[in-house]
Amino acid sequence: MIFGADPGLGEVVLLSLKVSCSAVALAIFFGLPLGAFLALYRFPGRGLTIICVNALMGLPPVVIGLLVYIIFSRAGPLGVFGLLYSPSVMIIAQLLLVLPIIAALSRQHFVDLWHEYGDQLMSLGSNRWRAVPTLLWEGRVNLVTVGLAGFGRAIAEVGAVMIVGGNIDHYTRVMTTAITLETSKGNLSLALGLGIILLLLSVFVNLGVSLARAVTIRQGV
Amino acid sequence: MCRIVFFYFFSIFILFYTLGISEVLAGRNIKLATTTSTENSGLLKRLLPVFENRKDIKVLVIAVGTGQALKIGKDGDADVLLVHDSVAEKEFMQKGFGISRREVMSNDFIIVGPQGDPARIKGGRDAVKAFKKIYSNSIKFVSRGDDSGTHKAEKRLWETASNILPWNVTSTSWYNEVGAGMGQTLNIAIGMGAYTIVDRGTWLAFKNKREHIIMVEDKETLHNPYSVILINPNIHPHTKSEDAKQFYDWVIGEEAQEIISEYRIDGERLFLPNIDIYK
Amino acid sequence: MNFSGVLPLSFNDVSLSLEGRVVLDNVSLDILPHERTIILGPNGAGKTTLLRLCHGLISADSGEVCWQGPQAGMRSRRQAMVFQRPIMLRRSVRANIAYGLKFTGLSYRQKKERVAEVIEVTGLNDLANRSARLLSTGEQQRVAIARAWALGPEILFLDEPTASLDPGGTRAIERLVEFVSGAGTTVVLTTQDLSQARRLAERIIFFHNGKAIEIADAKSFFMRPKSREAKAFLEGEILWQNKTDYKGLQLCVG
Repeated sequence: MIFGADPGLGEVVLLSLKVSCSAVALAIFFGLPLGAFLALYRFPGRGLTIICVNALMGLPPVVIGLLVYIIFSRAGPLGVFGLLYSPSVMIIAQLLLVLPIIAALSRQHFVDLWHEYGDQLMSLGSNRWRAVPTLLWEGRVNLVTVGLAGFGRAIAEVGAVMIVGGNIDHYTRVMTTAITLETSKGNLSLALGLGIILLLLSVFVNLGVSLARAVTIRQGV
Repeated sequence: MCRIVFFYFFSIFILFYTLGISEVLAGRNIKLATTTSTENSGLLKRLLPVFENRKDIKVLVIAVGTGQALKIGKDGDADVLLVHDSVAEKEFMQKGFGISRREVMSNDFIIVGPQGDPARIKGGRDAVKAFKKIYSNSIKFVSRGDDSGTHKAEKRLWETASNILPWNVTSTSWYNEVGAGMGQTLNIAIGMGAYTIVDRGTWLAFKNKREHIIMVEDKETLHNPYSVILINPNIHPHTKSEDAKQFYDWVIGEEAQEIISEYRIDGERLFLPNIDIYK
Repeated sequence: MNFSGVLPLSFNDVSLSLEGRVVLDNVSLDILPHERTIILGPNGAGKTTLLRLCHGLISADSGEVCWQGPQAGMRSRRQAMVFQRPIMLRRSVRANIAYGLKFTGLSYRQKKERVAEVIEVTGLNDLANRSARLLSTGEQQRVAIARAWALGPEILFLDEPTASLDPGGTRAIERLVEFVSGAGTTVVLTTQDLSQARRLAERIIFFHNGKAIEIADAKSFFMRPKSREAKAFLEGEILWQNKTDYKGLQLCVG
């Protein structure tokens, strides 16, 4: 019913996935090493950094959106890239939104992993640097959950993408901003339909990961 | 350690670079910052595809309040504006942020309220009188409160209608500034059973009216002209001023004016074009 | 004596406190090559800490830990350790053993040959392709020993390798330890199991309350223990850890 109602819907869902998946992939790329670094290395100001990263986890998306807006506006320091109101800047905003989650949660996992494997790996001639890829691989089941938590936050947030993306039809309109727009047009049934799609999407992703997790644990690999 | 840090900085650079490239590859386009009413009413959906087909320039619409649209234009984050707040527009032009401005079309604001009509203003033709009644009886009223064109028009109306301005009185429980777009404000007003002021286009296209109806129409006091403004390329050299100029010329030209004149919802005309023959 | 490797290993007045508790108290001892040394003692005597110190995972508060052999500089490469709880990586047994060789600088071919050889001689053929995480604790401990031994260490430390195993599993581990030791690796094993010490020991270091109370060759230790604590331990008495609130009661003799 919903797909019949609006041919642009597929486009909106696809863009949501594209933006959030890219943001989460980048957040994992930057966040996991950061988490490992905070877990395994001691440096001055480490405690403060960890507190900051944990606090950033709870930052409202609109605040991130506002910061990214100010930075990427033509009047801002990175305005020359001309990225404001584009899918790219939405990816950047969501990357910043998800990065603290990935870093903070993976840091905790790395602490636990190091506690379990640390002595054994050191004994085999590894060190804290070289152990990171091994820990990543050993903890991959839990680290996937970390990625999933990030994805959940990215796909569901509206504040940041609305401000930096501008909710431009066929260009930066994602599911959450479309829901906001349809609500503001008084089109509550369509807004609700989009909400249901968002929910289903989240259920499917979680289901997939749970399955993969169950298989991995059963096979002990 | 050093190598890894370098690697990550390099990655960030590559990231920005590829993102930049991807935006360039997105094709020829201009950014139009406009008010929510033009998008929510569905007019732009009718108007823009015609322009895009004709000139092969995509128009990316950022629909916000007029106040924010002007800010976006001032910062150079859009190439062309379509807004409705003549006082602020003139100031914008005076400061040189825009290079040219023309009236495109107009409609009018209306006062809407619950069918029960506690303020007894139904069928009125005088907006100021209606506001006075709402004011003196402290009937619930919802204001945009977002510095948009509609909000400013509303504020000017209160200034004529009452000596003490409702937003200056801290203890008022009837005057509610919600700081939201037109549609959200309507949703709130309808939920509260309150009066509010809205442009006719948004009202006609709005789908969640429930018990709310038009109370006051006052084409003179509530006249609402929309103008197109071209951003000054001397201040913001990166703006796509040539493509934006094409849009500017087209939207005040005959083809666009005819489309505006023919755009209707439920048989009712939403916007009055600026060219007389189409009025 | 003529030494060629990294041994002997000497402790001179080594002390160590962890979280305010004295774990090692002026320990002096020597670990000599080609001898199965059993570190015997009740729970909390400091055995595990001693092994971790030997292995270089922690360092002492005071005193010296000296590798005295001519190749002492190579000490980190010439020793290996098996932990009380086997830590298996999430991969096959073969891959676990291969992982141990990751940081040795051997070529791919050399590693492959070495892994095949170790699996063969340690009798892990049947388990080689199984997932290490799904094995029983006893099987995992055998893999852990094989993985450590694959490094070709001169000295192998084992921290209570049979602590949570049934007699069958214990027997399998002990056979493996005997094999490793017979193949020329110096073995240092901690245990609180007296009968295991009797079966395996050539030399005994008896630990209690962070002190090396008695160091003797196995025969004389079991025949004529010199210290009161060792005597009590051999007679099956329960030795209690020294706690500050009952200082006088280090030893509870019925």
